Amino acid sequence: MSRLLVKRSDAVQESVDFLYKDLERRMIAGVVDSCPADFHLGFLKMCHAQTCGKCTSCRIGLKKLQGLLEDVLANKATVKTIDLIRDTAKNIYESADCAIGHEAARMVYHGVNECYDEYVKYIEEGGNISATTISVPCIADCPANVDIPGYIALMSEGKYEDAVRLIKRDNPFPTTCAFVCEHPCERKCRRRMIDTPINIRGVKRAAVDFVEDVKDNEKAEPTGKKVAIVGGGPSGLSAAYYLTLMGHEVEVYEEKSKLGGMLRYGIPAYRFPRERLQKDIDAILRLGVKVHRNTRIGKDITLEKLRKDFDAVYIAIGAHTDKKMGIEGEDAKGVISAVDFLYHIGEEEMPDLTGKTVAVLGGGNVAMDCARSAIRLGAKKVSVVYRRRQEDMPALAAEVESAVAEGVEMITLQVPLRIEKNDQGEVAGLLVQPQIIGLSDRKGRPAPRNANKPEEIIPCDAVLVAIGQNIEYTHFETAGIEIKHGAIGAFDDGNVPENQGVFAGGDCVTGPATVIRAIEGGKVAAANIDEYLGYHHEIEDDIEIPAVHLSNKRQCGRIELQEREASERKCDFEGVELGMTVEEMEQEAARCLRCDYHGFGSLKGGRAAKW
Amino acid sequence: MVNVTIDGHKLEVPENTTIMEAAESIGIKIPKLCFLKEINEIGACRVCIVDVEGMDRVVSSCNHQVEEGMVVHTNSPRVRDIRRTNVQLILSEHNNQCPTCVRNGNCSLQDVTEMMGLMSVPFDIELETGISNTDFPIIKDKSKCIKCMRCVNICDKVQTLGVWDVVNTGYRTTVGIKNNVDMTKTNCSACGQCVTHCPVGALTVRRDSKGVYEALHNPEIITVVQVAPAVRAGFAQALGIKNKELTTGQMVTALKDLGFDYVFDTNFAADLTIMEEGSELLHKLSHKEDYQWPMFTSCCPGWVRFMKSEYPDMVDQLSSAKSPQQMFGAVTKTWFADKIGVDPSRLFVISVMPCSAKKYECDVEELNVTEGIKDVDAVLITREMLQFMKIDNIDLTNLKESEFDSPLGEGSGAGVIFGASGGVMEAALRSAYYLIKKENIDPDAFKEVRGYTTRRELEVDIDGNVVRCAAVSSLSEARKLIEDIKKGKAKYDFVEVMACPGGCAGGGGQPIKDSETPVLEREAILYKIDKNSPIRYSHENSEVLTLYKEFLGEPLSEKSHHLLHTKQREWSY
Repeated sequence: MSRLLVKRSDAVQESVDFLYKDLERRMIAGVVDSCPADFHLGFLKMCHAQTCGKCTSCRIGLKKLQGLLEDVLANKATVKTIDLIRDTAKNIYESADCAIGHEAARMVYHGVNECYDEYVKYIEEGGNISATTISVPCIADCPANVDIPGYIALMSEGKYEDAVRLIKRDNPFPTTCAFVCEHPCERKCRRRMIDTPINIRGVKRAAVDFVEDVKDNEKAEPTGKKVAIVGGGPSGLSAAYYLTLMGHEVEVYEEKSKLGGMLRYGIPAYRFPRERLQKDIDAILRLGVKVHRNTRIGKDITLEKLRKDFDAVYIAIGAHTDKKMGIEGEDAKGVISAVDFLYHIGEEEMPDLTGKTVAVLGGGNVAMDCARSAIRLGAKKVSVVYRRRQEDMPALAAEVESAVAEGVEMITLQVPLRIEKNDQGEVAGLLVQPQIIGLSDRKGRPAPRNANKPEEIIPCDAVLVAIGQNIEYTHFETAGIEIKHGAIGAFDDGNVPENQGVFAGGDCVTGPATVIRAIEGGKVAAANIDEYLGYHHEIEDDIEIPAVHLSNKRQCGRIELQEREASERKCDFEGVELGMTVEEMEQEAARCLRCDYHGFGSLKGGRAAKW
Repeated sequence: MVNVTIDGHKLEVPENTTIMEAAESIGIKIPKLCFLKEINEIGACRVCIVDVEGMDRVVSSCNHQVEEGMVVHTNSPRVRDIRRTNVQLILSEHNNQCPTCVRNGNCSLQDVTEMMGLMSVPFDIELETGISNTDFPIIKDKSKCIKCMRCVNICDKVQTLGVWDVVNTGYRTTVGIKNNVDMTKTNCSACGQCVTHCPVGALTVRRDSKGVYEALHNPEIITVVQVAPAVRAGFAQALGIKNKELTTGQMVTALKDLGFDYVFDTNFAADLTIMEEGSELLHKLSHKEDYQWPMFTSCCPGWVRFMKSEYPDMVDQLSSAKSPQQMFGAVTKTWFADKIGVDPSRLFVISVMPCSAKKYECDVEELNVTEGIKDVDAVLITREMLQFMKIDNIDLTNLKESEFDSPLGEGSGAGVIFGASGGVMEAALRSAYYLIKKENIDPDAFKEVRGYTTRRELEVDIDGNVVRCAAVSSLSEARKLIEDIKKGKAKYDFVEVMACPGGCAGGGGQPIKDSETPVLEREAILYKIDKNSPIRYSHENSEVLTLYKEFLGEPLSEKSHHLLHTKQREWSY
C-alpha cells in the first residue's frame, strides 16, 4: 500500500467544476427583474448543496431558511416570518463554523434586510404583482434603450443603413458609441449563459464603418417653440437632435470653440478619431440646429436671459473643472490637471512632454487617457500612481491593458503626500506613502491603509492629476437652481425643481459618467420638454426588423476588436482600434440570441418601436 | 500562563487551554452537545458558542484556545439568541417523542433545552426516518440522530472499526453505516461505545425484556439469573453510593424481588474461567513450540468479534476457554439442572451484563453445549436490569442485603476484578502462581496491570517460568498491540484485551452518564470489593472446587473441554 498518491481530478469533479464555470457566467448574466425572495431561495439551495453537513447552523439552518422562504413565496407567511428569516440568517451567519455556511447566511441576511420592503409587499399583496417586465436584457440595460437585437439582425442581413438609422432613433451618436461606449448592454447579454456576451459595440462599429451616411428622418411641422441648450456635448446635442426632429427651434450655447464636450475635450483622438466625432455632430447640426460657440452662460449671457428668450432651457454643461488633490506642492510648475491637459489636446494645442518623466495620479479611464496621451506626446517614462491595486482601478480593464502595452507603468498602492519642487518651483518628484490593501466595504471593495513602510520618492518632472472632475455651477446657483452634492438638482424626468421650463441632464446632474448616460439625459429631456411645450411628438421609424432564422446555439468564441500594434500606435494620435471585417461581423451578429423574439420577448414583445 | 476574563471573572490558565476548559475551571459550564474530549472536538453542534470581544462572529468554545487578554462572555444576549436558534434547529430535526425514549431524563439535548428554557420551536419539524436492523444488538434510530458525529469518531478513533460514517452530502448529510450495508454485515464489534457516548436516544442497545418477562411469568419455567462483576459497580453508581460495596447484596435482593428463581453470580464462572484459562496457559507454556504466541484472553465478545473480523489468521491464539457468561450457561444447563432434578429445557438462563456484545455472544450456536438449546437464553444489560427494577417500583435505597444463591453464587475477589481492564490478567496470575508453586502470592502482587486503556506490561517469573504479560482496553489499543507483535516490536506470552475502554466497567451496557467519565470510579469500586473479599483467589472458590469434584474432574478435562471450551476457528463472527 503506497503512502502517498498524486492527486488527480476525476471525471465527476471535472464535470462539477465545469458546471461551476457555467454557473458563474449565468450568475453574471443574471435576470434583471427576478423576484428577490425566489432568487434568495434558489441561491440558498445551491449553497446548501455545498455544505459538508457537519454543523447544525449550516446543515439544518440553511434548510429551514429555505422552508421559510418557500412559505413566503407560497403566501403562507406573515411579516413575522420575514423577521424569523432575518434573525435565523443572522444567527447562522454568526455561528456557522466555516464560510460555506456563514457566507450563505450572510448573503441571505443582507438580501432580506435590503429587500425587506419588497418582502413585506409580497406578503401583503399575496404575490409579486409586478411580474416580469423586462424581456430583452441588452435593451433594458442600455440607458438610451437602443434596439440592439434589431440593429444586429439588420447587420446580419446586410441592411447596414437601416441598422444605423435604427440606432439613431434612440441615440443620435452611433459613431461615438461605436468607439467609446462602455456598453452596459453587454453585461447581462443572455448569450453569456452559453459562452460570452455578443460584442455589441463591435457590431455597432461595423455598422458605422460600413455606411458612409444615412438619410435624415423627416422633421415634424415647425411648432414655433424655441429651446435653448446650454452645452454642446453629447447630452445637449442629443436633446438638440430630437427637439429639432420634433419641430422645435433649437439653439445651442457652447463655451468652447468646438462642439462635442468631453468627447473632444476628454477623450483623446487615438481612442476616438476627430473626423469620426465630427460625422456624428454634423449629422445633428444639418437638421438646422443653431450654435453659439465661445459663449459661456454666466459670462456672455445669463440663464435669466435664456429663460426669457426661449420657451424652455436644457442645461447640459457637463463636469469640466478639475478636482484638487489638496497636497503640498500642487502649485508646482509641471503639475497639470487632467481636464486642462485633455482640453489642450482637444483644441489641438499639443503639450510638449518630450523627454519628461510623467506621473499620472488616479486609476480611472481619464488617468489612462492622460497616460496614453503623455506617451504619444514624447514622454520618456509615464507611470500611473494609484492608491489601491490594479484590479481595483475603476478604469476598464481593456484600457489598463492597452496602456500597459504602450509602455505605461502601473505603480499601485501608493498615496501621494507631497509634490517636491526644485529651486525654480518645478516638479522634482512625488513623495508617496506605500499602502497595504485591507478590509473591504459592503460591496466587497477593499480599502487601502498606510503600510508599515517608509515614504518613497517617485522621480518625475510632470504630474498629471486625474482624480475626478467637478461641475462649475456657480452661475446656476445664483440664478436659483438647486445644487445637490455639487451637481445640478433635477428630477428623473429632467425637470429642475422650482424652475418651470428649465431642464437639466448629463454629467452636470449625474456627476462624471458615461457618454450613453449623457445621451439618455438629452433624450429624456427632449421628450419631456416636448410635453412641457404642449406636444406629444413621437420618434419612430419605418424600419422592418428581419425575421428570426433558425440557428443552433452552439458555443462560439466572441470576436474581439483588434488594435494597432502598440509600438506603432503609441507614436501618434491616430485611431487605435480596428473594426471588424464583414466576415467577423456576420459571425458575431449571428451569435445574437434574438431575445426580442425568443423567451419573454415573444409574449410581451421585445422592443418599443417608438418613444 | 494566559490571562483571560470570562463573564467578568479574571483568571489565569495554562496555554493551550480551550475556552470551554478555562470556563469550567471557574465553575462555568458552557452547554454543549457534540463535544467529547480528544475524541470529538469538531465544533459541530454550535451550542457551546461564546462571545469573544473583538470578534465579529461568535466562536465555539470547545475547540478554540484562550489567548492572552481574551474577554469572553458565555451568556451575553447575543450568545443566548444564537444558541437558542441552534438548539431550535436541532430540535426541528429530532424526534421529540421524549416520554417513550429510552434516554428520557438522561438526554443531553433535553438538558440543554431545559436549561435554556425553550418552550417552542419556530421551524417546521422534519425528521429523517429509518431504523437499522433491530435484530442486531446495536440499533440506530435516524429520527433521533442529531449528527453530533460522536459515534463516528468513537468507532473510528477509539475502536478503529469505522462502522459509523458520514453518509450523503449537503442537507442530506447524516450518520449512517459505512458503505450503507446492513448492520449484521459490518465488522461492528457490538461493543456499544457509540451507544454510551450518544448524547440522545439515537443509538440504543436492543431490548430483550419481552422474553425475560415471558419466562418470569411462565410457572413451568425456572428462571436463573447471573450477574456479571461490573454490573454491581454500575448498580452502585446508579444508586449514588460510591464507595459502599454492600450494594451487591441489595442488588441480589432486588433481583429476587423481581421474581427470578435463582440469583447467581457470574463471578463464580469468572473463577471457573481462571481455572480453565489459567490451566490452558500453563499447558501451552509447557509446550511452547506447538503454539503461536501470545495467547489472548477470550472472555470479551467484542474483542473476539474484532479478532475474527480484523485478524482472522490469528484466531487460534485466542484462548479456547468460553467466556464466564457461556461457562455459566453451560454448567447451569447440565450440572445444575441435574442437581435440582429438572430438565434443562425448563431452565431459562438470563445474564445481566454490562455489555451489548454479550447479546450477540449468547446467540452464537457453536457456543452451546447441546445443539438447539441455548446455554444462555437472554442477556439483559445493566440499564435493562435497572429498568426492570423501576418497572416493578422497587425502592432501591431501602433494600435489605441478601446472599447469592448456591451452588453458583460464590465468587472470589479475583472474579470481581474481571470487570476492570487488567483484572482477568491479575486473577489468572494469582492462580497460575498457585498452580505452579502450590502456594499463594500476595493478591496485590500484580497490581501494576491495573489501569485504563493504555498498554500495561508485566513480566512474571514463577519458578523460572517467565510469562510476559500485557493488558489493554479499547480496540485501538488492541490493534496497536497486534501490529507491534506482527512487526516484531513486542513479544508477549499472555495478553488480556477488553474491547471497551476500562474493560467491562466502561461497557456498552452500563448506565450512561454523558460528559462524565464514570469508568475509573467503577473500576475503583470493583477493586475495593476485591480487597474486602474473604477469598481473593479463584482456585479457592469452594463452589468451583465442588463443581470440579462432582462433575468436571479437573481443569482441561474432557468434560471441561466439551462444556467450557470452544474451537475458535470453527465459527466466524
